[in-house]
Amino acid sequence: MQTRFSFGGDEHIFAEVDDAMSLEAFFKSLFITNAVREAKIKGVTEICPANASYQVKFDPDLIKPDDLLTELKRMDSAAEKSEPVIATRIIEIPVLYNDPWTHETLMRFRERHQDPNGTDLEYAARINHLDGVDSFIEAHSSAPWFVSMVGFVAGLPFLYQMVERQRQLQAPKYLRPRTDTPKLTIGHGGCFSCIYSVRGAGGYQMFGITPMPIYDPNQQISYLRDFMCLFKPGDIVKWKPIDRAAYDAAVADVDAGRFAPIIRDVSFSLTEFNRDVDGYNHKLEGVLHGH
Amino acid sequence: MAIKVLKPGLSTTVQDLGRPGYYNIGIPLSGGMDRHALAAANLLVGNAEGAAVLEAVFMGPELEFTDDAMVAVTGAELPPKLDGAPQVTWSSFKVKRGQKLSFEFLKKGARAYIAVAGGIDVPVVLGSRSTYALGALGGFKGRKLEAGDELPVGAAATSVREGRTVAEALRGLPPGMPTELRVMPGLYWHRITDAAGIGFFADTWKVAPEADRIGYRFKGGKPLEFVPREPPFGAGSDPSNITDACYPYGSIQVPGGTEPIVLHRDAVSGGGYFMVGTVISADMDLIGQLQPNTPVKFVKVDMDTALAARKARAELLTKVRGSLAA
Repeated sequence: MQTRFSFGGDEHIFAEVDDAMSLEAFFKSLFITNAVREAKIKGVTEICPANASYQVKFDPDLIKPDDLLTELKRMDSAAEKSEPVIATRIIEIPVLYNDPWTHETLMRFRERHQDPNGTDLEYAARINHLDGVDSFIEAHSSAPWFVSMVGFVAGLPFLYQMVERQRQLQAPKYLRPRTDTPKLTIGHGGCFSCIYSVRGAGGYQMFGITPMPIYDPNQQISYLRDFMCLFKPGDIVKWKPIDRAAYDAAVADVDAGRFAPIIRDVSFSLTEFNRDVDGYNHKLEGVLHGH
Repeated sequence: MAIKVLKPGLSTTVQDLGRPGYYNIGIPLSGGMDRHALAAANLLVGNAEGAAVLEAVFMGPELEFTDDAMVAVTGAELPPKLDGAPQVTWSSFKVKRGQKLSFEFLKKGARAYIAVAGGIDVPVVLGSRSTYALGALGGFKGRKLEAGDELPVGAAATSVREGRTVAEALRGLPPGMPTELRVMPGLYWHRITDAAGIGFFADTWKVAPEADRIGYRFKGGKPLEFVPREPPFGAGSDPSNITDACYPYGSIQVPGGTEPIVLHRDAVSGGGYFMVGTVISADMDLIGQLQPNTPVKFVKVDMDTALAARKARAELLTKVRGSLAA
């Protein structure tokens, strides 16, 4: 991996760690952006990690573009030597897969889909060579996911599953984007899942919906009072499949202000993870449920 | 004091100079698309340059004032009227309690900035009063204005006289047709062929109807040809796809290689389309004043030219400050 740097006009430096997605590229992006944040470089106004790249916005009246580029290149080579361990959180997200709302929406936009005669879940199961929708849901929800980027719109997490490349679930985006997606839809495009933080346009396959709000500009939801967006890059997400009754109960809890998400602090080591993927993920799940 | 919205116009929002610092979680800068015009409007009425104003696009609102106020309208040539009597743009004028401010049809440009002494006093959210409609954040209830809204106005810090004006040479509007937008090639420029790169700068493009605060789409140029590749894991199979990455403000993405989209103040912060380069910061204001169908040429420049243009743009505002300080 050799990071490729480019100026994005006179106010941005764009750095592509790798053109392909991998946990290694994501970790490097996360490391460097954390280091840049801690360095408190004068003139730097935005520090944005992404899946396998990152971007720094700056004020060229305060720092010369070439000086910042030199500094970032120096930090980039230093990051190679650091131990890939992060202090982060693991968050359980309940999901009603195959829910009526995304189902209604995917039927409404069926002519924009690769498979007009099925559902997004049926299509995704088939192209990933899985034995039906239940197997797909099992593959989607059994291993945890990294929040590898937050963005597109406010608070929307992109998620990358913590499994080897050959086990990654992949699906193309819709042939033409939809003009509507229900809020809190669990979507998937390429190798990334996402949670739509607001209702709106979208092109990802739709698999289900969570009752758990992740963005609240009014900051009324108890766990979003400190900050309106739940997710940060580096968070770990574990989907918990739920049924309709549990979904309705969770929505009622959210409305009554008593919904309490399960969020635990955890340390993650990429080296140890790579040594035993399933074993490590099992341990992470133990942290979530306190055993 | 307050302003009653009788008619909202097409899409009128509260904007200031924006909300930096949250792009990493998908909350864009927002703020006036034409920052120079926004700052000038504030200076005309004696406000701080970054006070909140109304940004009206293509069509003005109709407003009633509950108290006396000093007002200025800058940016697009959207001539204001007070109880039907014509007023001059880029100039401060008095509004009396109970008077109605309305607008003629748009003559030139796209976005007008309506500043009121004291500033629009909506709550500050994450450091700014700007509206980010996609995230229902900031501004007036997180959305564009609707009839019946009542906008609070702050207390004016200083009192200025009416008839203060900004000279035409200091208004910084797009100079002529076709409008030239200066671009630094880069980002994923290497994805297109040399011939496509030459064509991109040689062709005349036109502003498409899909042009808003998120981005401006352009059409009419030749489709871009891609350098063949084996798609990297995670990028997607279309030659214009990349592994989802950050989008710089002003970056030019070309989904499918056909219609370039320049991201603006309410940019989506990232996504999976390659970008050929970035419009320089000095020319971002100009985009906010382009109407659909306006012919545009992208002009290739380097960093030195971009920085010189940025300096010249800043000097324009220094001159506005100087001319109004007297």
